[in-house]
Amino acid sequence: MKVDIEKANLEAASRMLRSKPVLVDISTAGEVVPGLEKKTVLHAGPPVSWQRMCGPMRGAVIGGLILEDLARNREEAEDLAASGDIIFEPCHHHSAVGPMAGVVTWSMPVWVMENKTFGNRAYCTLNEGLGKVLRYGAFSAEVIEKLKWMAGDLAPILGEALRRHGEIDLKSLISQALQMGDEGHNRNRAGTSLFIRELAPYLVMLDEPREKIARVFSFMHGNDHFFLNLSMPACKCTADAAAGIEGSSVIYTMARNGTDFGIRVSGLGERWFTAPATMVEGLYLPGFSAEDAAPDIGDSVITETAGIGGFAMAGAPAIVKFVGGSPRDALNFTQAMYEITVAENDTYRIPTLDFRGTPTAIDVIKVVETGILPAINTGIAHKEPGIGMVGAGLVKPPEKCFHDALEAFVEKYGE
Amino acid sequence: MSTKNMNVEKITELFSRDLIVINMGLEVFADTLKKEGGRVLPMDWRPPAGGNEKLSSLLKRLGR
Repeated sequence: MKVDIEKANLEAASRMLRSKPVLVDISTAGEVVPGLEKKTVLHAGPPVSWQRMCGPMRGAVIGGLILEDLARNREEAEDLAASGDIIFEPCHHHSAVGPMAGVVTWSMPVWVMENKTFGNRAYCTLNEGLGKVLRYGAFSAEVIEKLKWMAGDLAPILGEALRRHGEIDLKSLISQALQMGDEGHNRNRAGTSLFIRELAPYLVMLDEPREKIARVFSFMHGNDHFFLNLSMPACKCTADAAAGIEGSSVIYTMARNGTDFGIRVSGLGERWFTAPATMVEGLYLPGFSAEDAAPDIGDSVITETAGIGGFAMAGAPAIVKFVGGSPRDALNFTQAMYEITVAENDTYRIPTLDFRGTPTAIDVIKVVETGILPAINTGIAHKEPGIGMVGAGLVKPPEKCFHDALEAFVEKYGE
Repeated sequence: MSTKNMNVEKITELFSRDLIVINMGLEVFADTLKKEGGRVLPMDWRPPAGGNEKLSSLLKRLGR
């Protein structure tokens, strides 16, 4: 099929750059996430069966089923998960994204992000915090209790504050955060701070007991990754705008489920190209080592897909204290990414690179041609469910995904 | 290669001038030149698709 690939890629990149993600609401997953049923469990990454799920993903599924009163305990949840009665689907198939295990079930509150330029929406749960949390596979009574508090108190309070404030321009917040040392994936301290600042005047004016408001503030303040669950759907509705362009080799999805890493290419529709997920190389928290690590997991790589995260590392040199390496390495990672992308972002800019725009719109042809894989920095989950984060580092995605995608692309569009 | 049209003078001239060398690929060649006092600019070059024949032929079908 004869197409102008360069023109198609410029269109894909242009759509990403013209996208304007705006936070419009908080709602319940069952009410707003397209196609979600009560017995549906969404998860991070490409499609994966219960049988193939890794430890943390299984733990999160168990927690989700208990939360929805579909099971009373682990044994019942495991039996139900294996029975075929539960529909497991990628978040990505439902306009959603989720960090780490990324499990989304009916009653969970979700951020509602709208791309004002193209009208498409994306959804993401609220970040639970650190330690033993559902997204790392924990499902104890304490975890369920917190999830119920998030649905019963946190989300309604934040939702009311948001409605009084009005819609929040996430593109603007991300742009500011990137110039304050964040990169929007693994370092979100500035973004979290900006978000709290944005809503604070409206939170304090709510007609709620002061203790409840204080708990909401403390919850956000105590979690530097709170903003991740906002940057992710902002990037999702941005990247989705570039999907389905005939002849485009731009990657609009990258995601992992702890078993497989997968990508999707604009000109190849909704087809996944997958390969076994790789191991993250990085720094471990005291008491943990590489032996404890689960393979790469989560939808958070949507940030790199949209031109931030690892692609903006040059503006977040402090991240090396978390993921390893030197500030020079952080600079080099971003600079290498210009070799595999179509455009330079006109909004997300990096002060240390003379305000050069971040490398945006990954071209699978360039990835294969140069041999340069997308730079991803990420958290490391313990391989056993429920223990939590054990470190953070840099991960190289499996080459096979990109090779297979190129082969399919040539099959469709090559001479 | 025919030497008929080669400008031998210009080539000889090169050996008596200060050169800036662009080194593509293997770093050891650049290291050697630097040790001898030469000025070298390293370029991170590698063959398309790392020299993989199958991938190279796929890229050729896209006109790369």
